[in-house]
Amino acid sequence: MTVSLAPTDQELAAIRADFPILGRRLITPAEEAFYQPSAPEGGGAKLVYLDSGATAQRPRVVLDAMRDFSENHNAAVHRGAHALASEATEAFEGARESIAAFVGAEAGELVFTSGATGAINLLTAALGAASTGRGQGLGRRFAILPGDRIVVTQAEHHSNLVPWQELAARTGAELAWLRVGADGRLRLDDLEGVINPRTRVMAFTHASNVTGAISDVAAITAAARRVGAFTVLDAAQTVPHQPVDLPALGVDFAAFSAHKMLGPNGIGGLYGRAELLEALPPGFTGGSMVEIVTMRDATFLPPPHRFEAGTQAVTQAIGWAAAVGYLSHLGMERIAAHEHELTVRLLDALATLEGVRVLGPAEAQDRLGAVAVDVAGVHAHDVGQYLDAQGIAIRVGHHCAQPIHRALGVQASTRASLALYNTADEIDRFVAALGEVRGYFGAAG
Amino acid sequence: MSSLDLMYQELIMDHARHPHGRGLAEDFDGESFQVNPTCGDRVQLRVHLAPPAGPGAAGEPVVARISWDGQGCSISAASASMMKDLAEGKTLSHVAQLGDAFGELMRSRGKGIDGAQADLLEDAISLEGVSRYPMRVKCALLGWMALKDAVAKAVVGDDSPAHIPEGI
Ligand SMILES: Cc1ncc(COP(=O)(O)O)c(C=O)c1O
Repeated sequence: MTVSLAPTDQELAAIRADFPILGRRLITPAEEAFYQPSAPEGGGAKLVYLDSGATAQRPRVVLDAMRDFSENHNAAVHRGAHALASEATEAFEGARESIAAFVGAEAGELVFTSGATGAINLLTAALGAASTGRGQGLGRRFAILPGDRIVVTQAEHHSNLVPWQELAARTGAELAWLRVGADGRLRLDDLEGVINPRTRVMAFTHASNVTGAISDVAAITAAARRVGAFTVLDAAQTVPHQPVDLPALGVDFAAFSAHKMLGPNGIGGLYGRAELLEALPPGFTGGSMVEIVTMRDATFLPPPHRFEAGTQAVTQAIGWAAAVGYLSHLGMERIAAHEHELTVRLLDALATLEGVRVLGPAEAQDRLGAVAVDVAGVHAHDVGQYLDAQGIAIRVGHHCAQPIHRALGVQASTRASLALYNTADEIDRFVAALGEVRGYFGAAG
Repeated sequence: MSSLDLMYQELIMDHARHPHGRGLAEDFDGESFQVNPTCGDRVQLRVHLAPPAGPGAAGEPVVARISWDGQGCSISAASASMMKDLAEGKTLSHVAQLGDAFGELMRSRGKGIDGAQADLLEDAISLEGVSRYPMRVKCALLGWMALKDAVAKAVVGDDSPAHIPEGI
C-alpha cells in the first residue's frame, strides 16, 4: 500500500492559516447595504480562490520578509560601500542563490527579470542583439539569420509567443509551430517536420495554463538538439506546482514568475545554462551591468549581472526567496501529490456535469490542476459572474492564450486553477455552483 | 433581488437570447470591428445612413439601419440589441447623446444617472446593474463603441470594410 504524501486536513488547515487573504469574505455590491460586520461570520460569501494559475496568494512569511527588509536593511545593492548597502547586497544575492537552488541551478544561472514575460523579452532582445553582430565572436552562435526558423507551439501563453513573432519579424526568420491535438496536448508526431535543420530556437511551455497539459520536455529537447536549436522552456506554470530541476530537464533557457509561486509580483527569472549566458550579449543595457564606460562604448559584467540593467526589484527578490523557503519547507513532492488528488476529484466531478466540456486532457496524468471548461450555451463571462456571486474566484476569458482556444474551437473559457492551499470542499463548491449555471441562464435541457 | 439577478433581468436575458439587429446587412456606409481584450469577444457592426426624413430635420442624416454580428456574452449581446432598437432612425446628434448617456450610466458604479438622461435610454437603462461590475462594463460598451466608430466612418465617407484579423 502506498501512503499518500498529501497533507492531512489538519495540516491543510494550518497551511491555510498562513495565508491571511484566504480568510476573506466577499460582499457583493448589492449586499453592501445589508452588510453587518458584527454578524457571526462577518457576512458575505467565503472566498473560494481558484485562480492561482493567474496569480497565487502569499503566505505571511513572504510579507514579513519584505517588511523586515524594508524596515531594517533597505539600500541600493551593488552600488554603495556602507553597511546597509552590504547587508542589502548580501540579502539580494542570497535570494538569488536560494531561488536558483530551488530549480536546481547555480546562482550565476539565474537572472532576475520583471517576470516570465520579462525573461522571454530579455532573451529575445539578447538574441536580437546577437543577430545584429553584438556579442562579437562568442555571441555569433546566437545569431538568427533570414531564413532561419524559430519554432513555438500552439499551446503558448502570449508571453512565449508574441516576443518570438517580433524576433522573427526583426531577423527575417520564419516562425513555425507545433500544433495541439483535440485533447489539447502537443502533437509530438509532427516534431520532426516542424523542427527543420534551419531551426535555431525551440520555445515551448512546460505546461499549458489553459489545459494543464504537461509537455514531454525530453522528446522536444531531443528533437531540438538534433538540429542544434536552443531550447527555451516556459516554466511559469510548473515551478509552482511540482519539483522542477531545470538543468536535469536539459533545456538551455527557462522563464518563470514569482507571483505564481506565492511570491510578490514584479519579479521573475530567466534561467540560462552558464556557458550560454557567458556568451550571450545583453538584451537591455544601462547602469549596474557595465565594467568600463567611455563616451564611445562600454564593457559588460559577467552574467548574471550583465543582464540586470538598472535598479532591481530587491524587496521582491527577498519576498520571492521567502516563498521558495516556504514551498521547500512543505516539500514540492507533497504539494504535487495534494494538487494531483484535487485535480482527480475535480475532473471526475466535472465529467458528471451535463453541457460542461473540459478543454484538454480528461485524465489527471501528466496534467496540472489548471482546468478550463466550456459551458454549452453560456458565455464564460456569464459563468464567471454567477460563480463570483458565491465568492468563487475563477478566471474567465482567453487567459492570454488565444491560439489554443481557437485550436480547441472556443473563444473563451472558464478556468479553475489550483494551488497547495485549496481543499476538497472548495472543489465541491465550485463544481456544485458550476452545475447550476446552465439552469440559471436557461441553457439547460 | 440579488445583484446577480439585477444584472441578468428577464428583459436583458430576452434580448440576449433573441438579439435585435444580429446578422450583417449587405451594404453599409460605415463598418467597425471591436474586440474586448479580456475575453477576445468581438463585434462587427454596420450602419447605413439616410438623409433627413421630414421637414425641419435641420439637414441632419439619421442612422437608418444598424446590423451587427459577433461572439460575446449575454451582456454584450443584450446591450447591442437594445442599442439597435434605441438608435435606429435617430439623427446623428441624438445617437451621440444616447452614446454619452449610456457611457455615463456604465461609469455610474450602480448609482444610475439623472431622470432626463435615463428616460432617453428606454430599455437600455436596465443594464444599470452592469455598472456595479467594472470588469463587465466593457462588455456592455462593445456594441456602442462599434456604433460610434462606424458612424464616424460613415460621416467622412469611409465605407471600407473594417480590418478583421484572421488566422489560427
Ligand atoms: C504559461 C505562462 N507563461 C507565461 C506567463 C506570464 O507570466 P508573467 O505575466 O508573470 O510574466 C504566464 C502567466 O500569466 C503563464 O501562465
